[in-house]
Amino acid sequence: MNVLLISAILGVVMMFSSFLIKNTATVRTIGITGTIALLILNVLEMYGTRLFNINTAGFLSFDRFTLVFISIAIIAMLVYFLLTAKDMEKVNKVNYAEYFALLFFILCGIVLVSGFESLLILFLGIEIVSIPLYVLTGSDKRNLKSNEAALKYFLMGCFSTGLMLMGITLIYGAQGTFTVELFNFTKNIDSPLAIAGMLLLLFSMAFKASVAPLHFWTPDVYDGAPTVFTSFMATIVKAAVFFSFFRLFNDSFTALAPQWQFWMAVLAALTLFIGNITAVFQHSVKRMLAYSSIAQAGFMLLAIFAMSGIAKEGLLLYAAAYSFASIGIFSVLTKMDDYTFDGFNGLVKQQPLVAAAITIFILSLAGIPLTAGFLAKFYMIQAVIQAGGHLWLAIFALVMAAVSVYYYFRVIQAMYFKQGNANIQASNTFKYTLLAVAILVVLLGIFPNLITNWLYF
Amino acid sequence: MIALLLLLIPLLGGFVTFFLKSDNAARSWSLLTAIATLLVAFLGLAVYNKPECLSFHADWIQPLGASFALKLDGLGYTLSLLATLALPLILAATWHRQYANAKNFFGWMLLGVAGMLGVFMAMDALLFYFFWELALIPMYFICSQWGGEKRIPVTFKFFIYTFFGSILMLVALIYIYFQTPNHSFAIEDFYKAGQALSYNDQMWLFWLLFIAFAVKMPIFPFHTWQPDTYEQSPTAATMLLSGIMVKMGVLGLLRWVLPIVPQAAYSWGDLTSSMAVIGIIYASLIAMRQDDMKRLIAYSSIAHIGLMAIAIFSETQSSFQGVMVQMFNHGINIVALWMVVEIIERQFGTRKMSELGGLAQKAPALAIFFVLFAFANIALPLTNAFVGEFLMFNGILNSAVTKYNVVFAVLAGLGIILGAVYTLRMTRKVFFGPANALTQNAVDIKWNEKIILGFIAVVIIVMGVYPQPILDFTQAISDELLKQADILHLLKK
Repeated sequence: MNVLLISAILGVVMMFSSFLIKNTATVRTIGITGTIALLILNVLEMYGTRLFNINTAGFLSFDRFTLVFISIAIIAMLVYFLLTAKDMEKVNKVNYAEYFALLFFILCGIVLVSGFESLLILFLGIEIVSIPLYVLTGSDKRNLKSNEAALKYFLMGCFSTGLMLMGITLIYGAQGTFTVELFNFTKNIDSPLAIAGMLLLLFSMAFKASVAPLHFWTPDVYDGAPTVFTSFMATIVKAAVFFSFFRLFNDSFTALAPQWQFWMAVLAALTLFIGNITAVFQHSVKRMLAYSSIAQAGFMLLAIFAMSGIAKEGLLLYAAAYSFASIGIFSVLTKMDDYTFDGFNGLVKQQPLVAAAITIFILSLAGIPLTAGFLAKFYMIQAVIQAGGHLWLAIFALVMAAVSVYYYFRVIQAMYFKQGNANIQASNTFKYTLLAVAILVVLLGIFPNLITNWLYF
Repeated sequence: MIALLLLLIPLLGGFVTFFLKSDNAARSWSLLTAIATLLVAFLGLAVYNKPECLSFHADWIQPLGASFALKLDGLGYTLSLLATLALPLILAATWHRQYANAKNFFGWMLLGVAGMLGVFMAMDALLFYFFWELALIPMYFICSQWGGEKRIPVTFKFFIYTFFGSILMLVALIYIYFQTPNHSFAIEDFYKAGQALSYNDQMWLFWLLFIAFAVKMPIFPFHTWQPDTYEQSPTAATMLLSGIMVKMGVLGLLRWVLPIVPQAAYSWGDLTSSMAVIGIIYASLIAMRQDDMKRLIAYSSIAHIGLMAIAIFSETQSSFQGVMVQMFNHGINIVALWMVVEIIERQFGTRKMSELGGLAQKAPALAIFFVLFAFANIALPLTNAFVGEFLMFNGILNSAVTKYNVVFAVLAGLGIILGAVYTLRMTRKVFFGPANALTQNAVDIKWNEKIILGFIAVVIIVMGVYPQPILDFTQAISDELLKQADILHLLKK
């Protein structure tokens, strides 16, 4: 609750500062300070301090799980600001503060989608997340690809929003309420209204989370959008969408599980397959990361499929591991001119620290032990095996993880083993922040309790 | 405590190496770290009969039931001794080889060895898996950064193969984890849970585990990464790979396959032994046709490892002990052979046998050492390898779990004969016959190389003449493993 209101206020503040403050450094400082304040407020809320006492029963609720997720999202956002806020200037200096405003509004949306108790709030949250994203995708106004991406994203996004609304309507028809707590599917479990509504919601969420076969917009949009914003879209937003996806199906549609669980497994397998196999054939790192984000989405779907405590913890860990690592790689990518794999050739000579950090991120994304990515994948596989009956899914997912090594490691090969003179303009602050994030990724990989203990204590 | 030190010294030493100022400092520092590790390993021998000194246990990821459990039993200790003994020798033998960015090279070497030591000592399945990968990553970096011309694709193939195998192992480990009553990764719980599994479960779990280890060893038909990788890697890394790292696979079979899925190991034993036999003959035949010394030794290594695989699946006390002894000896012998290859390559710039010849006239000391190592490679009596191979053959012939022991023994014995053919052919082509333009001005090895090779020669002969210490060493653990893996015993229970 703290974060929801304060980030909305921060958004407005940033909007005004766009014409009051001309100095970008000041804007950046306000943004970063604001994010730190949000983090503190959220942690305070976890320990019972609420700034506002508003009764939101039946619409929003913030349990431990949700609050931990919001903390992870804010930390990721902080990391994102620290690493890439400066590069937003490259997109357009005049609108600099407005980008911050939009990002804070997205954070509002993230809070809504992760704490929803009513399908209406879910819908609102998804829209609040999406609309600023459409703007950010097209923020590079002179670039044709950015415009194309924004239009594509907008049209497809509207389509899926429509599906979602229809789904919510049907569920309302079946249940007579929007409130998740009051749902009772046990009486007429085969009600076509409820099942049709559930399926429509499944499709629309699958679209937002870029789950195959509804993923086609993802590579184009991620590729076309300015890289700074791709970074945000592909990590924090995606994690939030998954979180609400998880809550929607595991808390609200538990009773319908027999109807959707098998299809969730199929979707996960399909997403893993398409994401990983297509990523192998990419020449541009940015596009590879877009497909890899689809592949990672497949892994996160396993949590929704498995529906258990382990899956819940795993999803949090996965969200953190995936977001930190991807933000790190994207932050380097924004500083590069050449997005192909060859653009990374010989980076280690000029920037050994940056190369080392990228290596850790890559290892984490590929799921190599000692990194957070490994434990995240481990939790997912564990959840699937525990759920029982679908061992093929666990094996398939891991085989696909082995495939992912193929394209991830091409970056390492380029940086370390190939001849070249890739270089980036990186300040010392940037380098050490990047290294700190890399160390965090390793720490989470050795002591996952850092996150999971938060859930219980 | 010893176990923890054995892990931490190379690990921390390795990290420090990356941050040293000069390459020469890194070189000395890494040798120093390696010697310190060796001293700790020797120190452990002094307190060998106090098991509490040799193990370490700490909670790690409690909600998962994973603990940081290390223990040096006979099997792990033998291999740790091998690793800690080989590392200083490797570093000393390649002392004059220049590497670009040498400090990174030495850092990775130490980290790799730390990972391998972890694998040898881990008594917790998740920890085992962690170290398994930790050992792989440094080797990947070393081989693709400092290797030969085709290093990048070749090492990548190696990495993908091993990673694919280890990922299958992960599924199996998690599956067994859920069968343990208290959801723990401890090895004792794994033994109990695994042995209680139904026959059908064991049958497919076996393959998930087996492939991971078979890729590493490697057993035919999972061996295709090996000759290329050995050939393309810098020699120091080849020594680590072939001398120590392949033992991770053998250890995996002994400690993480046989006792966990004993019924399946019994049922599939004939099939895997057949694969190993095919591998022995196939690799030996290919080795006979090689011109590159490195490739020849690489193929001969496949043959030797194949014999170990047959011995493991024949499940007798003698063969288990033979495997453990042979793991140590094979490590020493193959490192010695690589050292000679390295010396030759450094001097003449080639490893092709067709371009060499007549070295014995100009470099008699080197020739003497090489002939001795060649004998050890063929397992001639009075060399160390003889002891191991004798025990293994004895075990294979007396095995109660297979009907085809004579067939396996005879065919594997054929591999030994072929081994003599190609090893002696290599000796003849490189060291005897007329000298050519290239080898006319050969220089013999210097005193420091003499000391290193001499030391290894002493080890080879001592272990061949008086193997009792290492036999005592491995007695208890092979009894224990046999008790866990023995299908007849389990059925009685």
